Amino acid sequence: MPDLYDCLIIGAGPAGLSAAIYAGRARLSTIVFEKKQVGGQAALTWGLENYPGSVEDPTGPKITARMREQAEYFGAVIKHEEVKSVDLSGKVKKVVTNKGTYEGKTVILAPGASHIRLGIPGEEKFTGKGVSYCATCDADFFTDLDVVVIGGGDSGLQEGLYLTKYCNSVTIVEMLPELRASKILQERAANNAKVKILTHTAVESIEGEDLVEKVVLKDTQTDERTELQVQGVFVFAGMKPDTELFKGLVDMDEKGYIKTDEYMRTNVPGVFAAGDCRVKWLRQVVTAAADGAQAAVAAERYVDENFSD
Amino acid sequence: MVEVTAQNFEQEVKNETDKLVLVDFWSEKCEKCMALMPDVEELEKKYADKVKFAKVDAAKDRRFCWSLKVMSLPTFQLYKNGEKVDEITQDVTVDKIEEMMSKYL
Repeated sequence: MPDLYDCLIIGAGPAGLSAAIYAGRARLSTIVFEKKQVGGQAALTWGLENYPGSVEDPTGPKITARMREQAEYFGAVIKHEEVKSVDLSGKVKKVVTNKGTYEGKTVILAPGASHIRLGIPGEEKFTGKGVSYCATCDADFFTDLDVVVIGGGDSGLQEGLYLTKYCNSVTIVEMLPELRASKILQERAANNAKVKILTHTAVESIEGEDLVEKVVLKDTQTDERTELQVQGVFVFAGMKPDTELFKGLVDMDEKGYIKTDEYMRTNVPGVFAAGDCRVKWLRQVVTAAADGAQAAVAAERYVDENFSD
Repeated sequence: MVEVTAQNFEQEVKNETDKLVLVDFWSEKCEKCMALMPDVEELEKKYADKVKFAKVDAAKDRRFCWSLKVMSLPTFQLYKNGEKVDEITQDVTVDKIEEMMSKYL
């Protein structure tokens, strides 16, 4: 293990792993830090059908496990450690984890994003008691039960369709007048007898005794309220970047997404950002992987230009 | 970690009076659970004399989990003298588990 690494990557989702593959092949000494599951959000997504090349039974856990294998094959070291702080200001960057301090010539920030909590009454109280943010983790518990999925985007429909394998019924609610998910997912949802779609509808509250028993729905056009008996509420409505640790250290937009140029460079020399944490318009596994590749190649150039003896 | 099922829950958890019992509800399909497991095993070494570490494979017995009001993975429940005294069901980290246990030690 060198004292000074070429490349320290924070986050082992598709962006971080892709960066690690490229950095490894460039023969940069590379560590990837991940506090949660390797593969990031993609490892929690069952259907990963839109990633090029993933044709047969394309599951998120399977594809991200292969990304990991590929990164390690090319020499990157993946450490299950939580990054507690970073010092990005000097020429040598420091990353402090729960296990130690690492020094690097470059840092690639790839912390990803996570599903936001809605802050509606009952959500906090029933988290783990019927409210869930992970269908692949929790679908089993809702076998033969009725659930509501909040969010009519790709995540909501993808996860809602996955839940139909277990649940008795899946009601997908979207606040807007129309679904935002890709057309193929909308078609599948429309053709699935277990799925019911309610647009211009919001979940106003989640109610029950010890476990979820019902939700109160509100029609956002008429303000009319109705109750729906469900035992589960899955929330896939909006994301937030996991960038709190880097606030004030690199430029971000008002929502906390990190600003980069097309080389994935942040405003701090030697610091790059890739994946869902970045200001961009399409947050997908394929664009995260693309970001990672670009960041690693840019990092390689930066090392050549700034650290050659 | 002791494998706990509906059959031995009484004996392993409810009847344990010498130590606290931490019960880890997990399944192989839960990537978050799998990522957490090595850390929990490390915690077990650290607290072996004070806390008994148990785990329930939720995929094997959903109804048993329901009966303990577990509807989400990972969930960690803490038992003292056979009674559930605390639990963590969201954003589980090893730090949070340690913090929860230290409140009752």
